[in-house]
Amino acid sequence: MFEVGLSHYLVVAAIIFSLGIFGIFMNRKNVIIILMSVELMLLAVNINLVAFSAEHGDLVGQIFSLFVLTVAAAEASIGLAILVVFFRNRGSIAVEDVNIMKG
Amino acid sequence: MIIQGLTFYMFSLVAITSALLVVTSRNPVHSVLFLILAFFNVAGLFVLLGAEFLAMILVVVYVGAVAVLFMFVVMMLDINFVELRQGFLQYLPYGIVIGLVLLIELVIVMSGWQLSSETLNVIASPIPETKTNTHALGAIIYTDYIYSFQVAGFILLIAMIGAIVLTHRKRPGVRKQKIANQLARKPEDSLKIHKVQSGKGI
Repeated sequence: MFEVGLSHYLVVAAIIFSLGIFGIFMNRKNVIIILMSVELMLLAVNINLVAFSAEHGDLVGQIFSLFVLTVAAAEASIGLAILVVFFRNRGSIAVEDVNIMKG
Repeated sequence: MIIQGLTFYMFSLVAITSALLVVTSRNPVHSVLFLILAFFNVAGLFVLLGAEFLAMILVVVYVGAVAVLFMFVVMMLDINFVELRQGFLQYLPYGIVIGLVLLIELVIVMSGWQLSSETLNVIASPIPETKTNTHALGAIIYTDYIYSFQVAGFILLIAMIGAIVLTHRKRPGVRKQKIANQLARKPEDSLKIHKVQSGKGI
């Protein structure tokens, strides 16, 4: 039981990833929580990459994880900026109000 | 070995619990705080896996920047969070079903994972024994992966410009110094010379 192998890490990552999906479904109105759930899912992906990197003895997984981290940070900043602009215009952040572009 | 196992279980339990609390807690401020806790514990898992540099980057970038950004936005916007939570129970069954299905699928795929014996032949850059993790990462990120690294930098630059452009606004009624207008002013625009006769005034 105390022998921690690759599959342990993969299962932890799978649980965190499904919690992210669960969060997106649960908080369908709150964009901030949805963004946080996306961050959780990216974190789970990072755990997978690093676990495989350690298992194979290959550093490229960690480098790719670094890029995932970069893109996640960029996504968070742009997403929050859009959120702030949307709140200024509409006075709410409910996802259901996001239908100005609807034909 | 036992200590490593215990540490793994501690970090992963706290990470999973705080991930659950991120998506279920009532107050978004608590959600952000639990997100920070989850990031810290996953950084601990990274240290266990021997990826110290990524662990520190995770703490610095996520806890230091992204989580604080979330915190700013949550506290800056005046949002009625009670209203946003309506429908939580309505979506609960769907969320649980879809999350469980995905989890079971992932666990079935992942738990029986075995590495092929040929994987050792296709390793791109093996982890060196003598160097530290940071040293080894730096040695290949600035040589083999320099173009991807530059692209990552450009992505961050564009994200910064995009965020500034999106949130910057011109407010009317604010008096700002316009140096070009100041320099373009001539004496004739503002000065008028009157010939005043003595003893009369204008």
